Amino acid sequence: MYGGGTTFEGIKAEKKDDPVKLAEFEARIERGEKIEPTDWMPALYRKQLIRMIEQHAHSEIIGALPEGTWITRAPGFKRKMALMAKVQDEVGHAQLLYSAAETLGKSREEMIDDLINGKSKYSNIFNYPTFTWADCCFISWLVDAGAIVNQLANAKGSYGPYCRALDRICAEESFHLKYGHHCVIYLAAGTEIQRQMFQDALNRWWPPMMHFFGPSDKISVHSDTLMKWKVKMGSNDDMRNQFLDMYVPKIRELGFVIPDPKLNKNEETGRWEYTEPDWEEFKRVINGDGPCNKERLAVRRTAEERGRWVREALRSPKTVYQMPLA
Amino acid sequence: MSDALKELIYKIADDQFILGHRNSEWTGFGPMLEEDIAFSSMAQDKIGHSFALYTMLRELGEQDPDTVAFTRNANQFHNCIFVELPNGEYDFSLVRHFLFDTAEALRFEMLLNSSYEPLALLAKKIRGELRYHTIHANTFLKKLGSGTEESISRLQKSLDYSLPYAMGMFEPSPYESELISEGIFGGEEKLREQWTKKLRK
Ligand SMILES: [Fe+2]
Ligand SMILES: [Fe+2]
Ligand SMILES: [Fe+2]
Repeated sequence: MYGGGTTFEGIKAEKKDDPVKLAEFEARIERGEKIEPTDWMPALYRKQLIRMIEQHAHSEIIGALPEGTWITRAPGFKRKMALMAKVQDEVGHAQLLYSAAETLGKSREEMIDDLINGKSKYSNIFNYPTFTWADCCFISWLVDAGAIVNQLANAKGSYGPYCRALDRICAEESFHLKYGHHCVIYLAAGTEIQRQMFQDALNRWWPPMMHFFGPSDKISVHSDTLMKWKVKMGSNDDMRNQFLDMYVPKIRELGFVIPDPKLNKNEETGRWEYTEPDWEEFKRVINGDGPCNKERLAVRRTAEERGRWVREALRSPKTVYQMPLA
Repeated sequence: MSDALKELIYKIADDQFILGHRNSEWTGFGPMLEEDIAFSSMAQDKIGHSFALYTMLRELGEQDPDTVAFTRNANQFHNCIFVELPNGEYDFSLVRHFLFDTAEALRFEMLLNSSYEPLALLAKKIRGELRYHTIHANTFLKKLGSGTEESISRLQKSLDYSLPYAMGMFEPSPYESELISEGIFGGEEKLREQWTKKLRK
């Protein structure tokens, strides 16, 4: 998942499922087999997967916007070429993911409509603005790093088309991560102004980065069913902990200060301790009241409206995807 | 000959550089994801070509590509107005892509025989990429040109709007006769003729 902030709702299993088929389905997952589009699956499984893959896909196209806005302004050929390729990859990820979700019976058009109507969410972090080039570098390095933590976990899930899409996506993400890291190293080794630029970006982005993995386990809805079905692959706090484990040392190594005086690894428990993120802000932003929600959706809406005549002119029954690209 | 050559390379490079930027503005904004991706590929190719050309200028005594590309003032650019125009809606961008890339492919085809070896080598190297661009333009123009009433009339309008601007692509250089006689480039006039012939098809 791009943002582990996936919201799961209505996760009470419906009792309508055929118990024999359900047992067989669960046994397959237990054995580590992948579920394929034409296999039997519980309605809840289908519903939650669509929801999750769709949110992931939306996060990729909305996520292309805060970085995309820096393409024309990227400093120099080298960065510009890399950033263009990176953001293009993100759009490609959306394409792969929408087609993976389509195998579950919801069309890309319907998914994008739900995004524009606000019915379907995307990763909350993209509702924050990229004021400077350093903000863009933060995303390329650390937001992508967070995405990889989630995506590697989800690639071990049970739904075949999603897992295969994620395998391809993760391979590309590792290039993004390297690119982002280089951008930040360059700023870290630069002038005082360049160093300060990234420090400021870090100060701005740390709270949304902590939100990125979703509400703390203490307050989020658990679902043993989704865990058992390998839809959700780890708890939000586990993912957050893994991210902190991998990246706090790297950030500090470059001489930057993470704006949380309580941030510290408890060596006994192996868990990171930190100031509890402001979950009220998270809720507020995910429900539409963040600094860029309106702008992001307005861009998407305009693109959809302006592009409608193109899609209509191209539409023919032959162009409906049934099989995933990955 | 150096001034004539530089003027030619600047002109080609700046056209590519500016249109590459315009193409990149479709990222996240296309009528469908496939077109975001296609326009981004073209943006990367164009900006990549401009980089190769600015690097060539470096050999001819100009400053490094980053300085040349990113620190000149607007009045020091040699591009035509056509590539600068805002993207507008997809119909205009597609028509511009078609008109420009058709001319671009022909220009580099002519440059395959350039007496200036670096240009001839570059032309050979990017031949495949350029072909991909014209295929993309032709395919979409054909599909949308036979799609709905709206798509047909939009393309027609954009074509009418674009054609006068497109002529700017063939503005002769002050050194035109020198370029031709030295065998560096066959000339804008000849290019325009070939382009017009191609469009008629
Ligand atoms: Fe991605
Ligand atoms: Fe990303
Ligand atoms: Fe990425």
